[in-house]
Amino acid sequence: MHPYLLSLLGGVLIGGAAVLLMASLGRITGISGIASGVFIGNRGDRGWRVAFVIGLIAGPLLLSLFGQDRGIGAPPVGLPLMALAGLLVGIGTRLGSGCTSGHGVCGIARLSPRSLLATGVFMAAGIATVFVLRHLLGVV
Amino acid sequence: MKMTVAMLAGLLFGLGLSLGGMTQPSVVQGFLDLFGAWNPRLVFVMGGAVLTTAIGYRLVFRRGRPLFEPSFQLPTASRFDARLVGGAALFGIGWGIAGYCPGPALASLTAATPALGVLITTMVAGWWLASKIPAARS
Repeated sequence: MHPYLLSLLGGVLIGGAAVLLMASLGRITGISGIASGVFIGNRGDRGWRVAFVIGLIAGPLLLSLFGQDRGIGAPPVGLPLMALAGLLVGIGTRLGSGCTSGHGVCGIARLSPRSLLATGVFMAAGIATVFVLRHLLGVV
Repeated sequence: MKMTVAMLAGLLFGLGLSLGGMTQPSVVQGFLDLFGAWNPRLVFVMGGAVLTTAIGYRLVFRRGRPLFEPSFQLPTASRFDARLVGGAALFGIGWGIAGYCPGPALASLTAATPALGVLITTMVAGWWLASKIPAARS
């Protein structure tokens, strides 16, 4: 299948997951919110989050079941930059109340003005970062 | 039942990410490389996801309440503030550096490398650190 069509299909599955979680548990499918709640946040609200994250980690294995490649790529930068990237992603998604899924998918689907703004900002910041690292510094 | 549905949603989400190419940092950074060899796959992923979610949410909200909980838990904040914009900017920089947002980072764990382990560890540390930053006065 053409990569663009695969991506569209992947997107529909992601949307299906978001609809399922809202229909069943009434929750927004924001990965940073769900996963951070596994580590911080109150104990009573932890079970479904753990179950979701286990599913998320196992999801690509379904492709292996059908003899397909799981499509997991290698990290593009070394340990120090990976460490910095993780820290920024962690702090940023918590301060900004969401990531690509919570703001970029669920928030935009609800036409939330905060999510539209956040998505515009993190996309612009990501584009600027890749521009600087790739075209000015030649790092990635 | 709640656990089963949550796990099923996670499975679907992880499968969608890997099918869509989002567990390949090169594809994500290719999308962010607007001024280079631009890779539009993320547009198709997000387009498919937003459209499906928008239609699905509309049908779900018509029901008034979720199946296994008394009410929907939707964000109530409506203000544009420095926390939102600053947080999104920091996230975007981190996203650009390595090509991982939280979902793909976790969904890549079955092919974990030490570098991915480091990114996830510092991401969790970042969540913890940010939870210590008190909310701004209004």
